[in-house]
This record gives sequence, C-alpha cells and structure tokens, in this order.
Amino acid sequence: MGYNCVVLAKQVPDTHKVTGKAMKDDGTVNRAALPAVFNPEDLNALEMAIQVKERAGGTVTVMTMGLPTACDILRESLYRGADRGILLTDRRCAGSDTLATSYILSCAIRHLGKVDLVFCGRQAIDGDTAQVGPQTAEKLGIPQMTYVEKLLDVTNGHIRARRNLGHGWEVVEGALPMLVTVTEAANDPRPSAARRLMRYKAAQSPAEIARQVSIDMKQADDAARAAETKKRTEALAARGLLLEQWSLDDFPIDFAWVGLDGSPTKVHRVQSIVLTGSGYHEVAPTDDSIRTLIHELIEDHTIG
Amino acid sequence: MIEPNPKGEVWIFAEQESGQLHDTPLELCSKARGLADELGVPLAAVLVGKGVRELSYRLISGGVDKVYLAEHPMVDHYQTQPYAKLLCNLIETHKPQIVLFGATVMGRDLAPRVASQCRCGLTADCTDLQIGDHEDKRAGKTYHKLLYQIRPAFGGNIIATIVNTERWPQMATVREGVMPMSVPDSKRKGQIIDVDVNVGQQDLALRLIESHREAKKVNLKGARTIVAGGAGVGSRDSFQLLWDLANALGGAVAGSRAAVDSGFIPREYQVGQTGTTVRPALYIAVGISGAVQHRVGMEESGKIIAINWDANAPIFQYAHYGIVGDLNVVLPKMIAAVKARV
Ligand SMILES: Cc1cc2nc3c(=O)[nH]c(=O)nc-3n(C[C@H](O)[C@H](O)[C@H](O)COP(=O)(O)OP(=O)(O)OC[C@H]3O[C@@H](n4cnc5c(N)ncnc54)[C@H](O)[C@@H]3O)c2cc1C
Repeated sequence: MGYNCVVLAKQVPDTHKVTGKAMKDDGTVNRAALPAVFNPEDLNALEMAIQVKERAGGTVTVMTMGLPTACDILRESLYRGADRGILLTDRRCAGSDTLATSYILSCAIRHLGKVDLVFCGRQAIDGDTAQVGPQTAEKLGIPQMTYVEKLLDVTNGHIRARRNLGHGWEVVEGALPMLVTVTEAANDPRPSAARRLMRYKAAQSPAEIARQVSIDMKQADDAARAAETKKRTEALAARGLLLEQWSLDDFPIDFAWVGLDGSPTKVHRVQSIVLTGSGYHEVAPTDDSIRTLIHELIEDHTIG
Repeated sequence: MIEPNPKGEVWIFAEQESGQLHDTPLELCSKARGLADELGVPLAAVLVGKGVRELSYRLISGGVDKVYLAEHPMVDHYQTQPYAKLLCNLIETHKPQIVLFGATVMGRDLAPRVASQCRCGLTADCTDLQIGDHEDKRAGKTYHKLLYQIRPAFGGNIIATIVNTERWPQMATVREGVMPMSVPDSKRKGQIIDVDVNVGQQDLALRLIESHREAKKVNLKGARTIVAGGAGVGSRDSFQLLWDLANALGGAVAGSRAAVDSGFIPREYQVGQTGTTVRPALYIAVGISGAVQHRVGMEESGKIIAINWDANAPIFQYAHYGIVGDLNVVLPKMIAAVKARV
C-alpha cells in the first residue's frame, strides 16, 4: 500500500533578494550575484508529498533538472523527509523551454515506474511561467489539479483538494495518477530534521565527487583522478549516501524534442530594466504651482 | 503543431464563467484587433460553455469578426482536459497563426495543456504583444511578421521578447489589466460559427465537489484616477490624506507592497508585480520610491505624478510630473486645489 510521490523541484536564483549588491553599475541585475535557493513553492510541494506519505504510506522522490549545484536542494529535501533524490543533468538539456523541459521530465518520471502523484510548485520565481506542471501532466497523459491551496484527502486511489481561483475557491476530486501544482498558502514546509541533516549532509552526486577530486588532486593525472572518483563514489554508495544522477542516456527519450532544437520558443531579445532619466515636469511644492497643475489636468481631461 | 501559416487567423480564448464574460477577452479584443489588422487576417474568439450564445454579440461588438461557439452541457463548468481537447481540435482544423489567453487562473491552467498537446510554444504572462521580424543567426534565416511576446522575467528585472519561429500557432497568455478594454461598437458585424463538441464522460477527470466565489471588492483596474501611497506615508492615519484626495478626485486609493506590508492598507489594494496591474488616466504616487516591481504594475498609466522628498527617487525617472517635497505638506495643498476647482 501507499502512494509513490514524485516532487519536481528547481534551484533558482533568489530574485526576491535583488539588493544593491546584485545590481551592476549600469543599473541592471547581476544574476550571478544572487544566491541560489530552493524554489519557494517547490518546498510546499515537497511538504505536501511528505504529508501524503505520513498519512497513507509510500515514497517521496525528489527530481530536479539542472546543474550539479542543484544537489543542494536534493540534500535539503532529504533533510526534510524525502526518501530519494535524483539529479537530472545533461548538457543536451541546455536551452530547453517549458515544453522541452516538461518532455524531459515526463520521460524521466516514466522511467521511475508506477507513480501515483506528481507534485510541483505552482511556479518558479525566476520565470514565473507556471507552465511546466500542466505540460508535464499532458505529456504523461494524466490529469492536473493546479493552484492547490489545501490538500483535503488522499484515499482509495483518489485525491481531493481545494484550488484557489483568485476570486474564490473550489474543491475537486479525481482518481490517481494526478499531477498537482501547489501554492505557498497550502502548508508551512517543515524545517530540516536534525537527525536527517546529520545523516545526509555527506550525500553527494557523482558530478560533485568528481569536482571535489579534481580540486583535491590537482597534480594527479586523469587515470588517478578517475580511480579516486570511483573509490569515493563506491564508498558513498555503500553508506547509502550517493545522490542519483541521471543523464538523457539513462532513459528512453527522443532527442528531437529536447534542448534548444526541441524548444519552439526562441528569445528574440532581452532588455535589462535600466532606470533611464527621461525627464519630468517639475512642479514646486507651493500652493500656486499645485493649483496650476490641477488646472492643467482638468484642461486636458485627465481629471473631470 | 501546425506549420507557419501567415494567412491564419488571430484567435482569443473568450473566458467566461456562469455565463459571465471575464474582462480579459475584452482586453484581448482591443490588442488582438490591432494585430489582426496589421497582419491582414480575421480576428476570431473561441467561446465555450452552455447557453452562452449571447456573449458572442459582446465579443463581436468588442472587435472580433468571428466567434467559434462550442456549446454543450459537458463543458458548462470549466475543466482542463475537455477544454484543451476542444481547442486542440479547433486549432488543427482552422490553423490559426496566433492564439491568446488571459493570464488568469483558468488561462494559466488551460494554455500550457493546449500548447503541450499541440507541441507548440507558449509564453506566459505577457505585458505587450507586437508584430515584427526575427533573425535566427544560428540558422541564418529571417522570419517576417512574427508575434513578439513581451514579458517581464526574472522577478521583473528583465524584459524578454519571445518568438515562435517554426512551430505554430504562436501562443501566449496575457497579463490581466495591462491592455485597455475594447469599447463596444454595436454596429460591428460578425459571424457565429457553431462547432461540434466531441467531449465525453471519459474526458472529465475531476469532479467538482464544492465551490465558492467571492465578489471582487476592490476594483483598482476600473479606476480612472488612483492615489497610491508607499512606505513614506508613514502610518495608517496619514493614509487618510490619500483617501481625502481620492475622494475629492473621484478616484481610488492603492498602495505599494511596503505600504501593505506595514499594514497601512489591505493587500487587495497592492499595485505591482505581485499585486494588481493598473492603467488609470492618472496615477499619483505618494511616498513611493518606484522600485521596478512597483513600476511594472503602473507604468502604463496615462499620467503619473510623483510626490517624494527625495529628488533622486527612481519614481521620478518615469513620472510625468514630479513634486519634490514632504507629502504631509503637498497633499493638503493638492486636496485644497482640487476642492477649489468647483
Ligand atoms: C518578487 C518581488 C515582488 C514585488 N512586488 C511588488 C509589488 O507588487 N508592488 C510593490 O509596490 N512592490 C513590490 N515589491 C517590493 C519593491 O521591491 C519595493 O520594495 C517596494 O515597492 C517599495 O515600496 P515603497 O516605495 O512604498 O517604499 P520605499 O522604497 O521605502 O520608499 C518610500 C519612499 O517614500 C519617500 N518618503 C518618505 N517620507 C516621505 C515624506 N514625508 N514625504 C515625501 N516622500 C517621503 C522616500 O523618499 C522613499 O522614496 C516586490 C519585490 C519583490 C522582490
């Protein structure tokens, strides 16, 4: 019994923290200077999955597509209660838009075998598109419940939840499998458990191990490094601390639909918001000037 | 997915609920009319529901040439899959070049599903749409008259223009409230085309148990004049000055996120990226510094007056009129001047 839950999570630059330090001299944002964080609503998705497991049993697998640095959020997921973390990393994913990303994720999810529930954050704070969830559901051929603000029940192969409609809410129910996108109002994500943190903080992915080895063994030749990487990887795996790392060769996928070539949308241009002085009409803070201003606004019908 | 089809129509999804047309299709009408005219193709709306034929006339007077009307009891209440199936079938049949949705909860639930099924691109939450050319340097190819899908990204710190080159239709959701609503013209003529609804019980994956609608209490979007206060106003009591000015002008009051976070005004009144997008004829920003997240919610206003005692506040860089001074001094003078006009 129990439900197999997958959480799709993303590491994002913390766009909420655009402070002076993250600004370049020309007034634009220096993205590299922003700290990388667990996308906030993905934490709500993780919490919901953990709650399902607590109530009904099952497993929680967190999957993230990104660079090896995204292993940070996989470890964080393990601290909070996930059973398994998978890093999906492959150069060929680069340039994927939401359609290509959801295709890749759906192929990876299929490879996991029987999945009952897929949880995603409603949207990621770097793109704010809210598209990957519904598109992954479509690619998997399963129904979706978006904008979920409360999980009400998961029993007998059915899920019941409350959706936020902006101007109200609705309670809906459907049979599993189901993809659910979760809003920040849905729950308070639990913090890391101290015991789990102690256990999993050493968890690493093969990519991270290889990187560490190349730092530790600067003078060594490739063969020596490879041997050391293999040794460390096996040692971690023996302790159950190896984060799984998948490439696009690890599951069936049609390469025509991934990366830049698989993405129908193209960036035509990107403009940084620069604060430009266009010049305004200065009005002195005196009775006379303000009266003149109001008069002007009436004359040109701005106010009636 | 369809091949690029420069003769294809421009479509808007006419969101309705319980027989009430949402504002977004009417906002889309005015923008999409311009796009269709520029491309020299018809503008059509897709209207789905039960007993909603009446709404077609409102869409026609709003500027569409055609309404594809899909009426059936099965699609009375919105659900993702039957609506997506319907739209995909229509797209395959009629091959529109552009399909636009409002970036509402419904639009953002439906559009990605449709785009995924059609294997075409989708840009979320656009704040502007234009027609223009695109050069693909990698492929050494130039595309003409594509839809520029313009949206803020990265927490509002950049503006990205997205195009779909090969895999059409060009699809986008458009943020609520950034485009003016079309003015109805009852003399406009249009065609209503009834379409088959091929939806069965198996398409209805969800069962509606209970629903609750709240009437929108605050209508910032409809206001012609908005007096907005920021952290600089200092207290809930001082906000009274803004209410007084708004009353004298017959306008509405709003706040920046900092004003909302400080408890000067409730959250429904927030303007900006995470609040409402407004485009009144006049926006008076009082004690607001003018952060980019605020700016994206109000910069389309007809006229912007900024009142701030810091002459270097960013708000002055996009204000039309600037009053550098203490708001506690300036506002009473303004209230007096407005009251004196009659
Ligand atoms: C992801 C994200 C989303 C956001 N969304 C929004 C949003 O939707 N809306 C929004 O508004 N903000 C939003 N923000 C916050 C935004 O970045 C700013 O922090 C906020 O707009 C600042 O509000 P403010 O201008 O009222 O306050 P401040 O920046 O503190 O400015 C107060 C101003 O008042 C002036 N002042 C003070 N006293 C007086 C006086 N007596 N007379 C005259 N002038 C005076 C000061 O000179 C100053 O310029 C968002 C931020 C993030 C990261």
